[in-house]
Amino acid sequence: MNLLRVVKRSGITDDSAKKHKSLKASKEKNFKKYTRSKFGNFIFVFFLVALGLFSVLPLIYSIITSFKPLEELLVFPPPFYVVRPTLQNYRALPNLLSNLSIPLSRYIFNSLFVTISATVLYVFIATMAAFALAKSKIKGKAAFFVIVQFALLFNGTTLSVPLYLIYSWLGIVDTYWVMIIPYAATSMGVFLMKQYMESAIPDALLEAGEIDGAGPIRIFFQIAVPIVKPCLLTLMMFGFRDVWAAIPDGTVFNESLKTLPTIMSQITAGGIARSGSAMAVTVIMMIPPILVYVISQSNVMEAMSSAGIKE
Amino acid sequence: MKKTRIITKSKKLHFGNNAQYYVLLAPFAIMFFLFTVLPVLSSIVLSFFDFDMIRMPNFIGIDNYIRMFVDDDTFGIVVKNTILFAIITGPIGFMLSFVLAWFLNEFKPFTRTILSFMFYAPALVGNGLFIWQIAFSNDSYGYMNSLLLSWGFINEPISWLKSEQYIMPIIIIVQLWQSMGVSFLANISGLQNINGEMYEAGAIDGIRNRWQELWFITLPSMKNMLLFSAVMQIASSFSISSIAVNLAGYPSVGHAADTIVSHIGDVGTVRYEMGYAAALSVFLFALMALTRKAIVKLLDVVGR
Repeated sequence: MNLLRVVKRSGITDDSAKKHKSLKASKEKNFKKYTRSKFGNFIFVFFLVALGLFSVLPLIYSIITSFKPLEELLVFPPPFYVVRPTLQNYRALPNLLSNLSIPLSRYIFNSLFVTISATVLYVFIATMAAFALAKSKIKGKAAFFVIVQFALLFNGTTLSVPLYLIYSWLGIVDTYWVMIIPYAATSMGVFLMKQYMESAIPDALLEAGEIDGAGPIRIFFQIAVPIVKPCLLTLMMFGFRDVWAAIPDGTVFNESLKTLPTIMSQITAGGIARSGSAMAVTVIMMIPPILVYVISQSNVMEAMSSAGIKE
Repeated sequence: MKKTRIITKSKKLHFGNNAQYYVLLAPFAIMFFLFTVLPVLSSIVLSFFDFDMIRMPNFIGIDNYIRMFVDDDTFGIVVKNTILFAIITGPIGFMLSFVLAWFLNEFKPFTRTILSFMFYAPALVGNGLFIWQIAFSNDSYGYMNSLLLSWGFINEPISWLKSEQYIMPIIIIVQLWQSMGVSFLANISGLQNINGEMYEAGAIDGIRNRWQELWFITLPSMKNMLLFSAVMQIASSFSISSIAVNLAGYPSVGHAADTIVSHIGDVGTVRYEMGYAAALSVFLFALMALTRKAIVKLLDVVGR
């Protein structure tokens, strides 16, 4: 289909198209011939790796610092290496966390519960809405989509007062819901998914589904969702990262509902003597989002390279 | 022939079935209205009131907007800074996130995953800013100062974060470093969605080099993702604030690093002038909406 479209656009007649088709076989072999010189390749890889290292620096720094003994933590400027690596920052954690008013396991449960439910809800709702916006002919969808984009441009500072009023009107202040539902209403996911769907799902497939007598909802679950899996996984990763690190400000007071990032701030408040343990907690907190990243992206890359469902 | 008739017929049958589409859209639409549209609307209404979070709001018409231009000395400076930041970090960040994705796309999946992780890392490590505070520390021990001192470029430490001259470039670098998150990965997924046949067909059509391939095939196929990353880029580059406040403080030396958003934060959450903060937000929103309109026009040119 795509091939046809390009051929049509370029105005090639049937006759010359046939001629080109025979040429195609010979051209296919050296079709990816637009490569750089060896020197260009070197520059290119060097540039990428340098930029990549530059980006990953704080991550490396956090990990190294978490293994530093106290006397090395006090050195300024902190060097990027550790002379006598130790686990004492990690070993001190159980002790530091034992005098919490709520057991640590409860914080872990809260964090996992809130993050997973908010992420699932977010991805699910965004994908459904995006499908309606991308492929339906319902009235007002263009206007609605512009509003979705505009929502990303309004600064959040002044929204806290009206939001609090809405939360208390709904009666969800100081519950799990206040940490879960509002995130699912953010419009970035719908925007990204709609953009992706428009180019990823060929209309012909939807029509085929219709001929089989499926309605939009069945088409969505059986045809659209499998195709947009790469974008779905990417969205899931964004959602997990955001909610995992979020600290609800002024909407959750009950200690037994609070999540892990609040303990973080308690430990960091301990000052320089605890800075090693604070870094250890930071490193531990980074593990789940990184895991989600690795799982989702390796799936994305795989799904991409074997993407066979095209027009 | 027969087949096409069936398709048109079924189109009438099912594509008219809009009710199910409304069902799909409804959950998001309801929550979006409750938690985004409603607060934004009330914030816009609030911009016509005098509201200090203690007494009842008091209607004052467009006084808040007049105050912006007449009474607020810092307003002109923060607008200038915000636009400057946006003009520099916006386009560079936009192009960088595309170019990096374009480069990465040529690697094998494994290498690609590792490299994209590296670029995504700053967005993943929430508290990465501290490393910049150490790097540009004002005493002679910061990484930058100790390096330059030991190499003999300077004789005494530079107060990077307390100088009007250096603070802006530093914030721009940090912002670019941190912005490789969402739009970068969106671009990667968009790039891999382009049908390989397009390139083959392009080769037949007489595309001669990588640049033509980029301009006539890759970019037009990426238009959707480009709009997405442009809007995300507008949102982030006009809202630089936490980086500036963390590195330079508020107010910074000579207001050199103060932006509209840090001003809103000061007015709203420190001085509790919510009405005025809302008016500033509306002004910033108008600025971004206009920019978005211009970008949409600009993206139309791609591939011509």
